[in-house]
Amino acid sequence: MSVIDTPRTVLNGVNVDALLGARVALESAPPAAAFTWKATAEWQDGVHTRTSINGFHGLGEDHRRERTFAIDTDHPPCFAATDLGATPVEVVLAGLAGCLGAGIATVAENRGVKLHSVKAVLEADMDLFGILGIDADVRNGFSAVRVNFEIVADASDEDIRAIVAQSQKRSAVFDILVNPTNVVVEVN
Amino acid sequence: MRKVTTLIVGAGQAGLAMSRELTARSIDHVLLERGEVANSWRTERWDSLRLLTPNWMSALPGMPYLGTSPDGFMSMGETVALLDRYGAQVAAPIEANTTVQEIQSIDSGYLVQTDRGSWKCRTLVIASGACNIASRPRWSSELPGKIASLTPMDYRAPDMLEPAPVLVVGASASGAQLAREIQLSGRDVVLATGEHVRAPRRYRGLDIMHWMEACGIFGRRIEDADDARRARRVPSIQLSGGDPAETLDLNSLQDIGVRIAGRAMGCSSGTIQFSGALANVCALADLKMNRMLGEIDAWIDEQGLVGAVEPVERFRSTELPDDPLLSLDLARAGIRTVIWATGYRPDYRWLGLPVLTPRGELRHDRGVVDAPGVYVLGLPFMRTRKSSFIAGVGADAAALASHLHDYLACASRAAA
Repeated sequence: MSVIDTPRTVLNGVNVDALLGARVALESAPPAAAFTWKATAEWQDGVHTRTSINGFHGLGEDHRRERTFAIDTDHPPCFAATDLGATPVEVVLAGLAGCLGAGIATVAENRGVKLHSVKAVLEADMDLFGILGIDADVRNGFSAVRVNFEIVADASDEDIRAIVAQSQKRSAVFDILVNPTNVVVEVN
Repeated sequence: MRKVTTLIVGAGQAGLAMSRELTARSIDHVLLERGEVANSWRTERWDSLRLLTPNWMSALPGMPYLGTSPDGFMSMGETVALLDRYGAQVAAPIEANTTVQEIQSIDSGYLVQTDRGSWKCRTLVIASGACNIASRPRWSSELPGKIASLTPMDYRAPDMLEPAPVLVVGASASGAQLAREIQLSGRDVVLATGEHVRAPRRYRGLDIMHWMEACGIFGRRIEDADDARRARRVPSIQLSGGDPAETLDLNSLQDIGVRIAGRAMGCSSGTIQFSGALANVCALADLKMNRMLGEIDAWIDEQGLVGAVEPVERFRSTELPDDPLLSLDLARAGIRTVIWATGYRPDYRWLGLPVLTPRGELRHDRGVVDAPGVYVLGLPFMRTRKSSFIAGVGADAAALASHLHDYLACASRAAA
């Protein structure tokens, strides 16, 4: 993006010009596009863990934020737990909602569509026979995830559906959920 | 050492069309062909394949289609005969059975080594095709050794496969056609599909290709695309040329018993894993198809053709299995063959010029390669959306021949 371009009117609060500029810049500098996301976590008590998030690596350097975000995960009373936070699997749903929402706003911005409201209801099914070790054929994780969007925007129903489809196509958390990832867990 | 002004590598539709254009400009040239005319069509296609474009589109510069079946689809034998006839008509100077081994840049142009001697030329046209190598995902090597692993370039007919279920990976034109043929042969097929492009074979009474040509979709220029690289990588449309021509899509495949799954993502201990994004890739394909049909409808309205053609039609959304497969234990499913229909790419191993990107793509601007006097023809969406079609190569050849002619004129003037 050069400075003489007329900045487009921002409809949804997403700086698409900056994102498109970053895309052009990163394409010619692939190492800068290699990001590493980080979190640190500490077990509190029972099944309560506090995860802290601040630094990350990207654009060729380490970054620190001004504040550290904390996410408490725990389990509800029916799991005989203290309920000091959402369950880890619910935080996964929050990640999916946040990622798809960001995608929808960005794609809509890029396509010149003003969003008035974007609401989502997320559901994930899980059979406890997996984590409880009752049935080896039942997986631990979700057997299905459903996301239901209600979107009010200055666009046709078809255009809204296309925005939601495109946001899935470009979503990191959607990809993390639908595709396998190598995960290595080690102990120092 | 033989000398010629222009060497054309490849004697398919692209090389022959270029030969005609060079002859028209009195530029002496030779076509180097590793086999016979139309070698890829002759030796690298499965038996039942027919062109995906109707016969009226099998026209080349100076040779319109004059047959009696403009809406039919040519078999490979007929396609080879067409190109043989064209080669004779344009009197293309072909050196057959001559494989180019290496090309180097020299002061006055290029030095071309072949298995039948070397050549010197001032200009070079790469017309060796876009589909020399069948791509496979990197993890395809993880497949258990006892499973037969084929690409559409190895496949000929279902009877070469074991009488057992087959996994076809990829649902563009090749994968979808093979899935249908193999399922109909009595072997159950699982078809893994990532992003794909869907279209009805016929729409409002005419072949879809008629509308894509008429309303300007095929004529769309690469310089007008939002993202040229993405436009060039759009998968081929799920289509099949047949008699009669029928729509080929994930619905028609499921109707005959093919099981669809998401994109194949990996293989571990004999189990293939599929992406859980099947619903979204199908939704994207449905949306894009409807957008294209809407564009065609708008064009028909504009032209005042409503009433002269059949009414607007919309097709059922892609049906999704109730519980899409996420993994498949090949042994347990009895699968003995995997066919990788995961795209094709050109082979430039013989091209010793610094003109490739780190991804191995040729660096060129609409066919003018990033080396003096070097041109390429026949790549997908090279200049327009029909650049890789028999019907599209003529216009590209004319434009590039004219550039090549001017290049020679300038180079001579500079030397003088």
